[in-house]
Amino acid sequence: MQTLKFVKKEVPYYCAGEISTPVGKVFRVSSDWSRADYWGMIKSRVGAFRMNYAVAPGLYAVGEPTKDSDIFVSANYKLSFDILRHELKGLNAWVLVLDTKSINVWCAAGKGTFSTNELISRMAAVKLDIVVTHRRIIVPQLGAVGVNAAEVQKKTGFRVFFGPVQAKDIPSYVKAGYKKTKDMSTIRFPIMDRIILTPMEINPAMKKFPWFAGAVLILFGLQPSGILFKSAWSGGMPFLALGLNSVLAGAFLTPVLLPFVPFRSFAIKGWIIGLLSMSAVAPLFGPAVRGEVLLLVASWLFFPAMSSYMALQFTGSTTFTGMSGVKKELKIGIPLYLSVAGISLVLLMIYKIREWGIL
Amino acid sequence: MKYLLNVTTLRYSSEKCAGCGRCLEVCPRGVFEMRDKRATITNTDLCMECGACAKNCDFGALSVNAGVGCAAAIITGLLTGSEPSCGCSDGDSGSCC
Repeated sequence: MQTLKFVKKEVPYYCAGEISTPVGKVFRVSSDWSRADYWGMIKSRVGAFRMNYAVAPGLYAVGEPTKDSDIFVSANYKLSFDILRHELKGLNAWVLVLDTKSINVWCAAGKGTFSTNELISRMAAVKLDIVVTHRRIIVPQLGAVGVNAAEVQKKTGFRVFFGPVQAKDIPSYVKAGYKKTKDMSTIRFPIMDRIILTPMEINPAMKKFPWFAGAVLILFGLQPSGILFKSAWSGGMPFLALGLNSVLAGAFLTPVLLPFVPFRSFAIKGWIIGLLSMSAVAPLFGPAVRGEVLLLVASWLFFPAMSSYMALQFTGSTTFTGMSGVKKELKIGIPLYLSVAGISLVLLMIYKIREWGIL
Repeated sequence: MKYLLNVTTLRYSSEKCAGCGRCLEVCPRGVFEMRDKRATITNTDLCMECGACAKNCDFGALSVNAGVGCAAAIITGLLTGSEPSCGCSDGDSGSCC
């Protein structure tokens, strides 16, 4: 009977001891990141590792908090929690971690896991009204999408203060008497943030790339006498390179250059960058692409459109695109992308038929 | 940075506004300003329809069709006939958040 075995509650590696409260012991977390924390951040920025990068929901202590110390609410995505505890360095505070299924505050609020109900029940579970004597709780501003402050106050007696957008502004927010400047409550999208988010665009695209590569190689290798490796490679290689180039243009260059590319539409931005970067690299492949008018037309139609589609995907990572706008872009964009793909395919088929000398 | 013009579903009725200032506190895009003890909209096109203001307006002065401005989520929503939502927790396909 394994279930009878008594498991001692293990101290997580990011915790440094415990602190006594009227309701029992609470883990104290360090404000310094260890090598494991940095490594976790890198892994969670590039791939699926982020899906299970979690801390246990509940109450934590930073420094030497007392019954008068502030309470900061966070998500149980470990990176969100890590950023908060790092920025609280030097302060004595409580951190209340909600169960958001290891999703960050903003996305979890949108999905409904960082919610009024979760906050109320988590406050009750840790007996927050006994741990502190004051009645104020600081919720990250981006959590306001999911938290109704009035309802929290009605059900718990705690008044919700929506703190700054970025945790790094917390010390000055507290110093200013829980007042935010307009700067603290505005979300921005600087170049570093845009670069950090591009791996999550490039990786999924590259996972699908082998399918594209396979299709191109088969198409060029397919000869009346069977599939020839030599013609697959010599004919297909330039198109594989152009495909990679268009992914890079849409999923990396467009996000990085975002504010400098004309037009508001992401589809148009991506198309422009796709067209420009293709103009830059196409000459390298010389006659392989230019020799055939059909191939030429097909690639200039297809690859910039692919960049455009990739750029449109980046709307999910931005801090300023709304649903109505993206819907509008898709309504016009999707039929265009499908037509472009269809026309390119027809042109390629005509090219193949002519190559085989059937017509 | 601003997105497409004249698309937001944000609606505001100033006669219902009690001047509590919650919308200014929660809006991450700086859409609102206080004038004469009431909120006013400075620029609707800044709105990204996150829904924080409507969620926290206790006087029903604000409404918005809140949702994610994410192409992948909206395409998935169209294909499955459901409301667009981030796919981040549903496997490794989601590119958003």
